Amino acid sequence: MAEKILMKGNEAIGEAAIVAGCRRYFGYPITPQTELTEYMAKRMPQVGGVFLQAESEVAAINMVYGAAGTGVRVMTSSSSPGISLKQEGISYIAGAELPCVIVNIMRGGPGLGGIQPGQADYFQATKGGGHGDYRNIVLAPNSVQEIVDMTIQAFDLADQYRNPVMLLGDGALGQMMEPVEFKATDTVPSIKAWAANGMRGRTQPNIINSLHLQPEKLEQHNIHLQQKYAAIQKNETRWEELYTEDADLILVAYGITSRIARSAMEKARSESYKVGLIRPQTLWPFPAAPFAKYAKTAKAFLAVELSAGQMVEDVRLAVNGVRPVAFYGRTGGMIPSPKAVYEQIVKTLKERGGN
Amino acid sequence: MTSEIIMAGFGGQGVMLIGQLLTYAGMLENKQVSWIPSYGPEMRGGTANCSVIVSDEPIGAPIVTEPTALVAMNLPSLDKFEPMVQPGGVIIINSSLIERTVARSDVKVYQIPANDVAAELGNSKVANMVVLGALIAATGTVNSQSVNKAFAKMFAQKPDLLEINERAIERGASYIKC
Amino acid sequence: MAEKLFSRPQSLKDVAFHYCPGCHHGIIHRLVAEVIDELDVRDKTIGVAPVGCSVLAYEYFNCDMFEAAHGRAPAVATGIKRSQPDTVVFTYQGDGDLAAIGCAEIVHAAARGEKITTIFVNNAIYGMTGGQMAPTSLIEQVTNTSPYGRNADSAGMPIRMSEMLATLDGASFIARVAVNNPANMAKAKAAIKKAFEIQINGHGFSMVEILSTCPTNWGMSPLEAAAWLEQKMIPYYPLGQFKAPEGVAK
Repeated sequence: MAEKILMKGNEAIGEAAIVAGCRRYFGYPITPQTELTEYMAKRMPQVGGVFLQAESEVAAINMVYGAAGTGVRVMTSSSSPGISLKQEGISYIAGAELPCVIVNIMRGGPGLGGIQPGQADYFQATKGGGHGDYRNIVLAPNSVQEIVDMTIQAFDLADQYRNPVMLLGDGALGQMMEPVEFKATDTVPSIKAWAANGMRGRTQPNIINSLHLQPEKLEQHNIHLQQKYAAIQKNETRWEELYTEDADLILVAYGITSRIARSAMEKARSESYKVGLIRPQTLWPFPAAPFAKYAKTAKAFLAVELSAGQMVEDVRLAVNGVRPVAFYGRTGGMIPSPKAVYEQIVKTLKERGGN
Repeated sequence: MTSEIIMAGFGGQGVMLIGQLLTYAGMLENKQVSWIPSYGPEMRGGTANCSVIVSDEPIGAPIVTEPTALVAMNLPSLDKFEPMVQPGGVIIINSSLIERTVARSDVKVYQIPANDVAAELGNSKVANMVVLGALIAATGTVNSQSVNKAFAKMFAQKPDLLEINERAIERGASYIKC
Repeated sequence: MAEKLFSRPQSLKDVAFHYCPGCHHGIIHRLVAEVIDELDVRDKTIGVAPVGCSVLAYEYFNCDMFEAAHGRAPAVATGIKRSQPDTVVFTYQGDGDLAAIGCAEIVHAAARGEKITTIFVNNAIYGMTGGQMAPTSLIEQVTNTSPYGRNADSAGMPIRMSEMLATLDGASFIARVAVNNPANMAKAKAAIKKAFEIQINGHGFSMVEILSTCPTNWGMSPLEAAAWLEQKMIPYYPLGQFKAPEGVAK
C-alpha cells in the first residue's frame, strides 16, 4: 500500500493527473483553484511535461483543443468566471469529439461573484454550458481521496468516449487537506488513430473539426453524438447511497454539501428520524434510477446545494411528481452548518413527511 | 473520539501551520483527519483560521461550526469563536496578547503566555507551537511525539528547527499539567 | 518528350477551391503547399484553419489539419506544437480572425516565441460574412458596416499587424508580401519558405502577412482589385521584412 500523504484538494488533482499520464496542462490563475495551476507549474517540468500559463482562459481551452487533437492527455482548470470563458472551446471540443479533462473549482456567482465556495455552475456543467446539443461527463468528488480517484478516472472516460470530462469541485474541496493515497494505476491512454499528430506515413490526413456545413451531415453527426451520450448514460452513471432503504426522508447532495448533509443525517438518525442520503457522483449522467426506486418507499426528498436550486430540478425530473421534493440552499459562498441542514430535515419531515 | 478544533489568529501567527501539523499528526496515528482554511464570512476582519477534525469515525462536514476546542491567538478570534465552543469544550487563550479570559463557565480555559514563552526560548516565531503543545495536552487529540514526527516530515529541509519546536510544544504542555 | 513544368503540389488535395474569381486565397494556398513540398515536411506538418473565407482550408491542404474557433488558431497551434514538438505547425488566418477577435492569441503566441508559422491573409475586409469592415480596412473604405467610408474618429486607424508584432522579442521573422504580380509572388513564396525554415531551425515565431484582394466584397473586377491593392493598400501596408534572425538575408 502506498504511503498516505496529506494534500490540498487542488494539489491532489494535479498529482492525480500526472499519475494518469497527463503531461500537458494549460491554465490561467484564478481563486480558489490557483494552487492547482501553481502545482502544475512546479511538477510538469519534473516529469518532462508541459506547463503553460496562457494569456486567458479562452486561449487555454483552445490550447487544450490543439493538444487533445494530437492525441495526448491534457488538462485545464479554472473557477467559475474562467469556466464561463472556456465555454466556446468546450463546445468545439465536444463537437470535434476530443478527450480532455476540465476542472472547475466553483465559487459563488453570478459575474465576478466572490471567492468562497459555490455550486451554482451545475446548470452550466451538466446542461451544455456552450452552444449546441452536447454533454460533458461531470464528476463530483466529495473528498480529497475521491478527487484523486475521479481525476484518474476522468482521463480514462475522456479517452474511452472521446468526450470532455469535467471534474466539478468547489472552493472548499479545493482548499481542504485530507490524507490521500495514490494507488498504482493501470490507466493506459488509448491508441488514437484519429489524432492529427502529423501524417507520419499515413496515406490520408486526419482532420480535427467541428464544422459540418451540410445540414444532413450535421444531423448525422448529432445523431452519432446522442448515441454516444446514451451509451454514457447507460454505462457510467454513478452514485452513493446511505441509509436509503428505510428512509422516510432522503437527502440529495453532491460535493462538499454531501458531507454536511451526511453529518446532519447522522444527527437526525441519532434522534430516531429515518433519514437517508443519495449522493450523485456523476452529475451528468444524473443518477435518475435510485430516485425512481425510492420514490416508492420514501415520503419526501430534500435537495441541499450551495445554489439557489439547480440540481433539485434533476431530482424533481427523476422523482417525477411521485413524492414532494424540498430544497434548501445557501448562496454567495455561505455554507450551511450541519445543524442548519438538520433543522431543514425536521421541518421537511413535519411538513411533507406526514401521511 | 472526535476532536473538532478551530484555530484562529492574525495572519502570520502560524495558525494554519499548527492546524496542518495537528492534522498530519492525526494521520500518522491512523485517524481520520481533515483541515480546511477559513472559508466563509469569518475571513473578514483580518483574522485567519482553520478547522481541524481528528476522529475515529469518517468525517462528514469538514467545516467546524461547533468546536470541541478553540485556539485563540488574538482577541478578535476569541470574540468571534468563544460562543461557538461546545459546553465542556476547551479554549486555549494566548494570554500574551489577550488580556481577558472567557465569560463562560461551562468550558475549560487555559491562558498560555505563548509569545512570552517563545521569546524566552529565543524565537518569537514558535508562539504557535507553544499553544499547540497546550492544546494537545489539554485535549489528548494526538500525542506530542506524533506532532514532532509530523514536523520532521513537513520540514524535512529544515532539521535545525526541530529541537526548538519540540521544546516549544513541551513548554506549552507544561502549562496544562500544573 | 514534353517536360512537365507545372503540376499540383502534393500538399494540396485534388479538389476545386470554393474561392471567388480573382481572390488571392487560391494562389496563397498553392504557395504554402509548394513550400511544404519543397521542404519535404508534409508528413509532419499540421495546419490550423481559421474562421473566415479560408475556413475550409482543411479540405484543401493535404496534411493533418485542425479547424479552430474564430481567432484561436495561434492558441490551438500552441497546444499542437507543445504536444508534438517535432512537427511543423502553421496557422492560416484572415484579418478579422487574426487582427480583431484573435488579437490576444496572436500577440501572445508571438511574445512567447511559439515555434509556429502564421500565414496572415490581409484583404482589408470580412469576406465570409459578406463585406464588413475589418481592423485592416483602409480609411474611407466603404464596407457594409462602414457604408459612409471608414472614419478614423469612430473606427480608429487600420492596424499594421506586422509592424506591431515585429516589436515583440519572441517574433523571429515577420514579413509583408503581396501576390498581385509574378514578381511579388516569387518574393511571397521566398518569404513563406523562410518563415517555415525558421520554425524548422528552432527559432521563434514567424509570420508572413500577405496582402490579398477581395474583388467580390470590394465591388470590383479582379483587375480593378489588383490595381486597388497596388495603389491603396501597399502605400499604407508597405511590403518588406520587418524582423529576421541574424544571418537571414533581407
